[in-house]
Amino acid sequence: MSDPQTPLLLLLGCVGVVLIVATLIGQVLARRAPEGPSLVIDNLNARINAWWVMVILMGIAFLGGKTGVVILFGLCSFAALREFITLTNTQRHDHWALVAAFFIVVPVQYILVWYGWYGLYSIFIPVYAFLLMPILAALRGTTENFLVRVAETQWALMICVFCASHVPALLTLDIPGFEGQHVLLIAYLVVVVQISDVLQYVWGKLYGKTPIAKKLSPSKTVEGAVGGILSATAIGAALWWLTPFTPLASAGLAFVCTVMGFLGGLVLSAIKRDRGVKDWGHLIAGHGGFIDRLDSVLFAAPVFFHLVRYAYDVS
Amino acid sequence: MSHSTPWVARITPLCAYLAGAAIVVFARFVTAVRGNWQGIEPNSTQRVYFANHCSHGDFVLLWTVLPVKIRQRTRPVAGADYWLSSSLRRFIGCRVFNSVLVERNRTQRTQDPVTQMVQALDGGDSLIVFPEGTRNTTDAALLPFKSGLYHLAFQRPSIELVPVWISNLNRVLPKGEVIPVPLICTVTFGEAIHLGPDEDKQAFIVRAEQALRALGPDLDVEAAPGVSLNVDSGTSPNLGLSSSSNQGSNKSQDPNTSSIESSKREAS
Repeated sequence: MSDPQTPLLLLLGCVGVVLIVATLIGQVLARRAPEGPSLVIDNLNARINAWWVMVILMGIAFLGGKTGVVILFGLCSFAALREFITLTNTQRHDHWALVAAFFIVVPVQYILVWYGWYGLYSIFIPVYAFLLMPILAALRGTTENFLVRVAETQWALMICVFCASHVPALLTLDIPGFEGQHVLLIAYLVVVVQISDVLQYVWGKLYGKTPIAKKLSPSKTVEGAVGGILSATAIGAALWWLTPFTPLASAGLAFVCTVMGFLGGLVLSAIKRDRGVKDWGHLIAGHGGFIDRLDSVLFAAPVFFHLVRYAYDVS
Repeated sequence: MSHSTPWVARITPLCAYLAGAAIVVFARFVTAVRGNWQGIEPNSTQRVYFANHCSHGDFVLLWTVLPVKIRQRTRPVAGADYWLSSSLRRFIGCRVFNSVLVERNRTQRTQDPVTQMVQALDGGDSLIVFPEGTRNTTDAALLPFKSGLYHLAFQRPSIELVPVWISNLNRVLPKGEVIPVPLICTVTFGEAIHLGPDEDKQAFIVRAEQALRALGPDLDVEAAPGVSLNVDSGTSPNLGLSSSSNQGSNKSQDPNTSSIESSKREAS
């Protein structure tokens, strides 16, 4: 591991192999299907294709270093916020508050993360945006559903911007002996959480019987969740060599991240069901919107960030 | 742009092309707009797209979701008074969008708008029209249609008239605001209609209104002000007429059946 790039290239190679295998399986399934490809197989192949795009974009961002990763997640936050606000009760009197959320809060949060100003980016949205948004809404003068509108906007910012920004924030940690390799922490988090989603889907399709919360999501089953979380934890433990963690610590962190990821998916499904939609958006073919794909990462990122910061950071 | 020195004449089409591309990119950045081809296929059939009109950006969104080849042969019908009022607007209206500019003022106009539109159709182009005649800034889903659509249908009966519902754009840019708020918009294309053999003007206009209205929010906004949710659009249920007090009515519908496209997906 003399060259700091080697583990990352190795990981990207592994992900590439997994995707090639998945692509081959998907194509074989599509060819073999007796009555032409079914909707499930079409969806599977659309998902695999979208994974290629996402992995390639992540790879490009990693090559761009801290700036590349901050820009990538800044754009993801923008797209996620756009999906979230679309489903809220905001009205024309919230216009200034929403303009401020998109064009001031998002860039400022990511500039603070890029700058590594932990003391400010960890309170900027929960304190200052929290106070600013209702002020702007109040200045416009309507009271109808005021608390609902303010709370929805604040929640959207917390989920789509604050939580998401903790992924690039991993790059600003000061971990002795790990200099120059911080993108590996992001790669580790994203791979563990996303593989957990994929494995929950696979375990659920194979053995899923008992729905966890029928009203929220018919496809989330106890068998799928337990199988996915445990197998992703094992993969996380096996990826300890990417990280400054011991294998045991890596298993523990992977477990926390996958559980948080699973619960995040559940919470964001609840919002979708309440609003009467199946997907947050449509930009990622087969997956739905950005929030559909990021939901688990959004809930896992701040927890992972803080655990790593308290246990490994020396600044 | 009306100066026709050779240099300007040569550079103008390129500028118009680039400006058009920039407008499309900007529209996608702000609205992530998606075309929902419910009733027709996106092909080169000559059509009159008639849409609801809440914002100056309406025809931009419709234009954006059309495939490039169709877009080049599709001309919005717009008010000359607005689009000729400055040189930038004239450039965008005439050069970028190749609009059919009609004079809205009945008493002063020199050309009949319907004749202009028929001429454009006879040239082989499709049209985008807003039969409400003006931007709808009320809480009603649609304003009563003007009769122009009937006259088009009467004079060129073979051309498909396609209702198009543009959702959410009024929330992106409410009246009087300058900076748009990024929100997801959808453009839903319904089934084409034609003028029936014995259909009179009034009956046709009512039928056209209903065909367009059917693509919009499920609930009758006039009967239940404040109801905001539209399950059919799949991505953008809220039309800005919001309220949390009567959301109950949207929950009965199974989101899995809400659109052809999303029913293909698995819940993730």
